[in-house]
Amino acid sequence: MQDFIRRNHYLLRRLHSLSGIVPVGGFLLFHLYENAQAMRSPALYNESIRAINSLPMVWVLEVLFIFIPLYFHAIYGIYIAADAKYNVSNYGYGRNWAFFFQRLTGIITLFFVTYHIWHFRFQKLIGAFGTYVGGDSMSGLPSFDIVKAAFANNIVVALYLVGVVAAAYHLCNGVYTFLITWGITIGPKSQRISNVITNAAFVAVSALGIVAVFAFR
Amino acid sequence: MAEKFIELRVKRQVAPGEPAYWEEFKLPYRQNANIISCLMEIQRNPITADGKRTAPVAWESNCLEEVCGACTMVINGKARQSCSALVDNFTQPISLEPMKSFPVVRDLMVDRSKMFEALKRVRAWIPIDGTHDLGPGPRQSPDDQEWMYKLSECMTCGCCMEACPNYNEGTDFIGPAPISQARLFNAHPTGKMHAGERLDVLMQPGGLNECGNAQNCVKVCPKEIPLTTSIADLDRQVTVHALKKAFTK
Repeated sequence: MQDFIRRNHYLLRRLHSLSGIVPVGGFLLFHLYENAQAMRSPALYNESIRAINSLPMVWVLEVLFIFIPLYFHAIYGIYIAADAKYNVSNYGYGRNWAFFFQRLTGIITLFFVTYHIWHFRFQKLIGAFGTYVGGDSMSGLPSFDIVKAAFANNIVVALYLVGVVAAAYHLCNGVYTFLITWGITIGPKSQRISNVITNAAFVAVSALGIVAVFAFR
Repeated sequence: MAEKFIELRVKRQVAPGEPAYWEEFKLPYRQNANIISCLMEIQRNPITADGKRTAPVAWESNCLEEVCGACTMVINGKARQSCSALVDNFTQPISLEPMKSFPVVRDLMVDRSKMFEALKRVRAWIPIDGTHDLGPGPRQSPDDQEWMYKLSECMTCGCCMEACPNYNEGTDFIGPAPISQARLFNAHPTGKMHAGERLDVLMQPGGLNECGNAQNCVKVCPKEIPLTTSIADLDRQVTVHALKKAFTK
């Protein structure tokens, strides 16, 4: 295993970098956008849940484009985070803090997403939301009412708020470092511009996630 | 008027592998003193702040004008050259530590040969030796000369490695300075002929991928070398190189 990791070091690192953006980052944005439907009306939210769940072989898509890349990124990311000797107390520069937060939010997001998958996806799998009776019904799916019931608990809401902000930070700062890692933004000026854009994106993505959480309150 | 002093805390170690310990010194204040002049004062009169006689503190220094990098140490938590560190610019007591990125030889002296091994690994040179005269190399444009000159100012002092959170045993990272040197020689019209070899090395464990973009290196570099630009430039070269290789094989 160690030998395999050493031999394919470059490929694994680049896959780690890529998988965080495509498909995991892309899915996060899609997911938050779908959730935001709940702000407009419970019926629209339920409609989009039903539409996604009626995709043909949706579980294949979930495993191939979400589960595998997500956990590859997360588990390999733990190795990367564990390798660093954090030194923000001596070198308190902005990017050094970002380096620290990137790894911290990665770990938080891993725990949060695992909890979240158990909370909604696994419960759906074992039929905790009822059983499927027909194509038109919301039974078996995490409908607006089911999410609302879960979000009546303040602790659950707090967990989701922390998780959503951590995921948003990890994605947006990850885009900034992705652009460097692949040699797209090279000079200090282009990196400064991408820093401004990705910071603005962090605020926007966080807001989208937070607003969606409160749509269920 | 009360007499002014310079207070120093020095992290000491008798030999490699021995435990480290701190010793405090209180020297009479001198205007424009730098850390080296303080260490020389301790050498002349090796008495600690509580009056005990001790072995003089060992350190390395050479040029005394921030060009050689030999006197690099961690002063009040940050790596820099001690020759250009003026006492008046620091809050006292000033703490002096050896860089933790390199094995300690004694007190503030470290063995920086790891860095030279890294330079060898990335082939930071231009091979022109042969059995016959190869003639003059291709010309360089003044524009290229200008930015490449900046990279050539690197004195392998070790500040960028000391400040890098990913430069440690776990990652085996070669550090920003050797990467920047690889960029210098990849840009050189003759060195370019061996660019692929340097990129292959940088794709291995310990190479470019260990960079976590904390970007401390560029902040602490005493020569203000654009180290993060060098890293990102080689990131691009390696991306192109890897794709080319993958589809040509």
